[in-house]
Amino acid sequence: MTELTRRNTMKLMSAALIAGVSISTLPRKAFSAGSITVLNWQGYGTDEAWSLKAFTEKTGITVVHDYYSSESEMLTKMRTNPGAYDLVILNAARCAQAVAEDLLQPIDFSKVPNASTVDETLRANPNFSKDGKGYAVPWVWGMTSLAIREGMTVPDSYAVLADPAYKGRVAMDDDAIINVGVGALMSGQDINDPKDLAAVTAALKSIKPNVKLLWSTEDQWNKSFAAKEFDLSLFWSGGSVRSKRVSKLPVQFVVPKEGGVGWVDGLGVPASAPNPEGALAFVNWMIDPTFYVEWATKIGAPASSNSAALSALPADDLTRLVHKTEYLKTTSFVSGIPDDRREAFNNVWQEVKAFYAE
Amino acid sequence: MQNDRLISASERGPSGPRSRRPLPPWVSTTALLLPTYGWLTLAVFLPLLTMFVFSFMSATPMGKAPIVFTLKQYRAFIDQPYLVGIGITSLLIGFWTTLFCAVLGFLAAVALVRSTFGKTREMLLILILLPFWTNGLVRVFSWTMVLRENGFLDSLLHMIAPDAGSIGFLYTRYAVVVGLVHGYLPYMILTCYIALVAIDDAIIEAASSLGARWWTILFKILMPLAAPGLLSGAVLIFIPVIGSFMEPRILGGRVGVTMGTVIEDQFTQAFNWPLGASLSFTLLAVVLAIFATFSGVLRRGTVA
Repeated sequence: MTELTRRNTMKLMSAALIAGVSISTLPRKAFSAGSITVLNWQGYGTDEAWSLKAFTEKTGITVVHDYYSSESEMLTKMRTNPGAYDLVILNAARCAQAVAEDLLQPIDFSKVPNASTVDETLRANPNFSKDGKGYAVPWVWGMTSLAIREGMTVPDSYAVLADPAYKGRVAMDDDAIINVGVGALMSGQDINDPKDLAAVTAALKSIKPNVKLLWSTEDQWNKSFAAKEFDLSLFWSGGSVRSKRVSKLPVQFVVPKEGGVGWVDGLGVPASAPNPEGALAFVNWMIDPTFYVEWATKIGAPASSNSAALSALPADDLTRLVHKTEYLKTTSFVSGIPDDRREAFNNVWQEVKAFYAE
Repeated sequence: MQNDRLISASERGPSGPRSRRPLPPWVSTTALLLPTYGWLTLAVFLPLLTMFVFSFMSATPMGKAPIVFTLKQYRAFIDQPYLVGIGITSLLIGFWTTLFCAVLGFLAAVALVRSTFGKTREMLLILILLPFWTNGLVRVFSWTMVLRENGFLDSLLHMIAPDAGSIGFLYTRYAVVVGLVHGYLPYMILTCYIALVAIDDAIIEAASSLGARWWTILFKILMPLAAPGLLSGAVLIFIPVIGSFMEPRILGGRVGVTMGTVIEDQFTQAFNWPLGASLSFTLLAVVLAIFATFSGVLRRGTVA
């Protein structure tokens, strides 16, 4: 049964890949100065019809989309289709990789006026730049941190995960990078390069009596939280907003003093982009407060990197309350890490999980 | 026998003046097997072989990282000793699942075979298999609703004894075994049913007319005669169960760490296909070793 599921998934994936490749090779001939091609996840901000209509009316540039379903697929598409894309949405951790492979071109920030209000902490992220040149404009960000049932004492440290008061009431995100990050924060280390992995392992093992379950999807988190299976959990900032707003769950997102484990997506222009000018105009549109407020309130969006856009949200907006800009100072962002370290992280998490299961 | 018939066909074939020598039997056998093996090679052997080659590599050969051939992936059980514990857990889960499937599946098959009235047998068979035609994921998730605290099981208990505590056991190994037994039961029912249907009713009638009690009939006649079905059902269940990852992940919570989930993590999360592949092949070796150890018992079973 599991075999069949896996095989079906492979079939679906290859079908999607073939479809994706054939679509992406077809309309490539017509790149006039008035058109740009964006590579992004489907339904992730750049392809909102109302926004594209307004953008085309204002600038005369039409926007064509191509999608990826995994970050490695995004890199493969950029490697194998030079000249096909004008703009690509990529995570900071992947951006460093793309820059190292010369897949991106430096950004001319003078053509992106809205970038002046982009938060300095995000712009300074070393993954987005090389030799002092910026290769991507930070777009949206979020964090993984603590979520607690409303009405319970708000914790101020990740040490609460090991607090005996929460025996059997804690859920963990089943993700190696996130957990090693939290373990590193608990033992006072850099989340991207913890020197003492044994301390990370020990910190994660210390919470064993409290761990009730490991969740891997937002849906699973919502169902279990609604069924009162746990009170305290590692959770995504954006997920907590959706749980509260959509599922009406009594959840409070907390960033303790050690800070969150953050991620940030950037907008980059491929080195071979036929229309970089048009792409930068669209980048400016994407980080504009007008677009962001509409996106965040109508559809629901992660936190904008542009502090002007974030503070343009209504004062009681959940996204704004959860993603306070001052958190950016304490949040550590996940960055690109070498393969051997990634493997070491995965081994730590497997070992901890095996220990939990004993 | 098929070959004999084919040879005689090819002997009769050339009815012309020249008498040709008959084709050697292996030619026709090969010709007939070629499509099957061609397909198997393309769809199974080649991908598996690639995975086998991957298992000796230092990293997944996609991307720019240089690839070195190494045996270190097969040292995983020595370098990460906790994997041995996980392996034993998986084998135990496989054992208990197979045992429960054997008991429940055999009894269900006996009941099916005994129901000889009109078309009830076919009806019952379909009724038993019907729930298994729904998506596996849905069925596993529905178990979470039954087994969790304040779930259906608890509600049922509290209807009878309102003051009783909770008997929900979601996120334990028992829950994993329950989910797996549910998922793999049809294999056992079908294989046992096929074996039991072949038994001549006259044998059972003779036994009972000679005074045998029902348990004598069950243990001395039905079970030995249906042993091939039981065994093939057990093999069909044991192997996929020790590699399963969906049921442990959803029903196991914190304790749901098995070889299946470890291997899945290596492929989906860690992007370390070589380690995932080497773990799979190690698991295969262990299973083959188990079957080799018990091959004597297995052979006796199938002959009986």
